[in-house]
Amino acid sequence: MRAVYFAWVRERVGKNEEALDPPAEVVTVGDLIAWLSARGEGYAHAFEKPHVIRAAIDRAHVKHDARIADAREIAFFPPMTGG
Amino acid sequence: MRKVRVQGEDFDAAAEARALVAGRVDVGALATFVGLCRDEGGRLAALEIEHYPDMAEAEMARVVAAAEARWPLLGVTVIHRWGTLAPGAQIVLVAVAAAHRGEAFAAAEMLMDYLKTQAPFWKRARRPDGSAEEWVEAKSSDDEQAARWRAADPP
Repeated sequence: MRAVYFAWVRERVGKNEEALDPPAEVVTVGDLIAWLSARGEGYAHAFEKPHVIRAAIDRAHVKHDARIADAREIAFFPPMTGG
Repeated sequence: MRKVRVQGEDFDAAAEARALVAGRVDVGALATFVGLCRDEGGRLAALEIEHYPDMAEAEMARVVAAAEARWPLLGVTVIHRWGTLAPGAQIVLVAVAAAHRGEAFAAAEMLMDYLKTQAPFWKRARRPDGSAEEWVEAKSSDDEQAARWRAADPP
């Protein structure tokens, strides 16, 4: 799957997007956040407060208990501040 | 009639509002809201607005659909800009046409409350003294404003 990052999540991770191939035990968005956090300092910083991180699967908002099995694109970003 | 657009360039709010009602005789109320970039008393030099291009219009269309499901609206236009915006610049337009003012006002307010909390845009503030740019923090009051509409949704 493709992961995309926005705003300070993007800055802390240090990239706009990347291909991810998580192991089978990573089932939900929350699992993926925990798995990403262990990938290095930037990721750990980006996901240090998992509860504030918002996610979208294939361009629609999802909660952290959503399953990622069929996701083509998963996005991580801070709470939105548009308008 | 539903128009949802994400763009870098400015918009003409009056022309967009006129287009919503042009040639119609069933519209009794047209509510237009424009959000502008403030200078925060001289503390803000510019806003940089980042967005998720593939998702922004889709999410804005979902927000408009939620308003249309709730009130009998005759037309909605929503435009949100991205990029670097100076104080005084227009950021967002919501225009709602309806038969009566009640639904036009209410729908415009709900659309803005939802856009602020649901549409994938992020603001970064640039300071006049050239200090490090800061991401604007989401306000819990915005979440509460948006939650009012959900609480009022019929079960």
